[in-house]
Amino acid sequence: MGYVEKSAKIDRTSEISRRGLLEGAAGLTFALAIPGALVMKPIAALAQGTTAPASIGAWITISPDGAMVMAIPVAEMGQGTSTGLAMVFAEEMDADWSKVSVVYPPIKPEIFGNPMFGNMMVTYGSGSVRGYWDKIRLQAAAVRNVLMQAAADHWQVPIGELHTEPSMVAHSASNRSISYGEIATFAQVPATMPTIDKSALKKMADYRILGKNTPRFDIPAKTNGSAQYAIDVQIPNMVYATVLRTPVDGGKPNHVDDTAALAVSGVLKVVPLPNSVGVVAETIEAAFKGRGALKVTWSARPADSFNSADGLKQFLDRAGKLDDKGVSYVATGDTDATFAKAAKVMTSQYSSEYVYHAQMEPMNVAATVSPSGDSAEIWIGTQGASINTGVAAAMLKTTPDKITLHQFYLGGGYGRRSPADMLPEVLPLAKAMQRPVKLIWTREQDVKSAQMRPMTGHQVEAALDAGGNVLGWRHRIVGESVVAYRVGEKALEGAKGLDGILLEGAKHEYGIPNQSIAYLRENRGIAVAAWRGIGAGYNKFVIESFIDEIAAAQNKDPIEFRLALLKDEPRAQAVIKAVAEKSGWGKPVADGHALGFSYAKVVDTYVAAVGEVSVDTKTGNVRAHKFWLALDPGIVLNPDSVLAQTEGNVIFGLSQTLKEQASISDGQVDQNNFYDYPVLRMSEMPEIDIQIIQTDNPAKGMGEASLPMVAPCIGNALFKLTGNRFRALPMSPERVKAVTGV
Amino acid sequence: MAITFTVNNKPANVDAGPDTPLLWVVREHLKLTGTKYGCGAGMCGACTVHLDGRAVRSCQTPVSMVAGKNVTTIEGLSANSDHPLQKAWVDLQVPQCGYCQSGQIMQAAALLASNKNPSRDDIVRHMDGNICRCGTYPRILRAVERAAKQGV
Repeated sequence: MGYVEKSAKIDRTSEISRRGLLEGAAGLTFALAIPGALVMKPIAALAQGTTAPASIGAWITISPDGAMVMAIPVAEMGQGTSTGLAMVFAEEMDADWSKVSVVYPPIKPEIFGNPMFGNMMVTYGSGSVRGYWDKIRLQAAAVRNVLMQAAADHWQVPIGELHTEPSMVAHSASNRSISYGEIATFAQVPATMPTIDKSALKKMADYRILGKNTPRFDIPAKTNGSAQYAIDVQIPNMVYATVLRTPVDGGKPNHVDDTAALAVSGVLKVVPLPNSVGVVAETIEAAFKGRGALKVTWSARPADSFNSADGLKQFLDRAGKLDDKGVSYVATGDTDATFAKAAKVMTSQYSSEYVYHAQMEPMNVAATVSPSGDSAEIWIGTQGASINTGVAAAMLKTTPDKITLHQFYLGGGYGRRSPADMLPEVLPLAKAMQRPVKLIWTREQDVKSAQMRPMTGHQVEAALDAGGNVLGWRHRIVGESVVAYRVGEKALEGAKGLDGILLEGAKHEYGIPNQSIAYLRENRGIAVAAWRGIGAGYNKFVIESFIDEIAAAQNKDPIEFRLALLKDEPRAQAVIKAVAEKSGWGKPVADGHALGFSYAKVVDTYVAAVGEVSVDTKTGNVRAHKFWLALDPGIVLNPDSVLAQTEGNVIFGLSQTLKEQASISDGQVDQNNFYDYPVLRMSEMPEIDIQIIQTDNPAKGMGEASLPMVAPCIGNALFKLTGNRFRALPMSPERVKAVTGV
Repeated sequence: MAITFTVNNKPANVDAGPDTPLLWVVREHLKLTGTKYGCGAGMCGACTVHLDGRAVRSCQTPVSMVAGKNVTTIEGLSANSDHPLQKAWVDLQVPQCGYCQSGQIMQAAALLASNKNPSRDDIVRHMDGNICRCGTYPRILRAVERAAKQGV
């Protein structure tokens, strides 16, 4: 983990700077000072008139009436973290939850950055809870300490005699108490907030906010049309734009015939851009029409001759050529010797196709650029806030503080909204127009310019002794590098050639003594990206299917077989046993149905799943009837959010298992819209039964942990139903029918 | 051309090409941005509004077709966000990213207006044209059932 994006050079201060805190303390009412700030919940009753809300450090303001506004620096894309991290903050400072509001703060990575990602303000990699878990608790504990010290000074008693109750500091000896709101009216906030030792943080047993179902701040606005996404922004004097992008990634417009486009009523300007042609118009409908009338030829690209069907065959061929070593990711014991002397060797090849994010909000952004061209204002829903300010600053040859970024709700992220790839389009357009420009991609453009989860080919092998014990494991993964595409060749070199995104999930907890896991890089010029679950989405499919193959070859129960391999993993044992019991594993199921099992540790969360599946052998249609999951994410912030995320993971995961494939012909994505890139619909959803097993371990992200469980459950159940192994994602009706069809 | 119709019980008069999708008229001419652009092809349901009480895809509805008619958007579904569906949506914490949810609620509202007591199959059949990429389908289904039970 811990990969960094292109603009990582900005704002990498690892400690909160003194300057930052002073700035925060000086800017007392940051929440009110940001016009158009993304306020997740209407700010409750901030003091009218007399006393302004006081800033206690950079992260919170407190009004005399006790209303608190917390700065929660994560993008909200439905994962619920803006509420979850506020719960963490409120828990540690002992706040009255009913008085808490949250706001997305200004882009000040030196204060609000995520330590897990070089202190950038970014929201990805299931890293918000993991990255901010300590940072926010320490901030909140410092705020509590300042409030207690202020009360101690006020009453002239030692701070050690004080304790807190929800939003109150109390002195038992004198039976006095005072509210946080009142303290905030006189508290002297130190220039540097006190340093709190981690050992002093609240213990799980004392939690009163965390672990309780808590309604999310963002939900009411998402039921009445008032939630603001960047695509909704209305800026005075704004014009609209769309783009026709290169059909093959990286192509440049060679020749632009804009005669017909400019003849469309309302079209103002056609602007050639680095990899696209922009059409600016008075209305969005005119911009879309103008785009349709453009005639553009594009520069040649290396990918012009690439076809994914051929490519996958080549990837798999390469996976099987053991002389081609690739880059070693895991090397334990002596794998070659173990295989040489094995009583039995099992070998299988697996694959996965390119998949598209299909986020419901097509890519969009709005911007203005100053007449001098050295400052800009950007309206965007982004997972990569500091990446966008960094890239914008670099493009305008200025500094990030000259870039004002307004964060909005994200209509789906899943990794698609991390890069700053909209800026090379919108900033030149805004500069050319000297008016605010709202740029919206058509859905077709969004599909054609998909940045996909890489296609992968795998060879996986097991070396067994005469007793069937797995002594050796070899896994060779072939695919394009997301890190090289996204961050650059240097970043991949810096990671010793190992792509952390593509390789995510390739390690497992099965206690196999001799292991060799290798990455064999391809470079075909296709746009690849992080996609919900990243590498675990296919790597766990490979591992969990192949473990099932090994168990089946020995006529062993797949759960018993795994439990034996995981004997030193108590948290894994607990989730596996729980889901086995809940699902009635081993008991008879309905005629024509079968259960499939999978287990994995994904982003530090332990998950076990059982899926009940049937198949129509004539059509090849696979039906998932029910999923049971048991998961241990450590400390649970908001249980209902964990359930919601897990439900979404099962549905998203089922969609990629059964339906999703973006194919490439001559370097171009073949698909266009939801009619040829179908995603799962309501009639296809399974019943979902989730058991959360909370343990006293650091809290983890839940936004993608369960997605990888689905494909192996389906494949393993299909094996029971048909006697055939399904080793290629997606298990589309065509592929299933090819095996089962009569 | 100037087109006159009613939006959320208020008169609207817009100047737009007759083939302009109602979606863009509602969102960008009238600034009612709760109705969302998802696919522009009638495949996802994010743009669902009511036309004389019937659920339609506003991206597939030329504005010329709505002249003289009544359009209801998510902003006009209830006076205080208190339609039983909206209450059920909050109670059951349905939305995730939320982008599709205006369309989901408008689609469901049209069902409950014509069928007070839909079966689970009725709901699934009626809602199957509305995509939710986040995967909130289980909660949408339960929320529609809850709203139906509590009466619209």
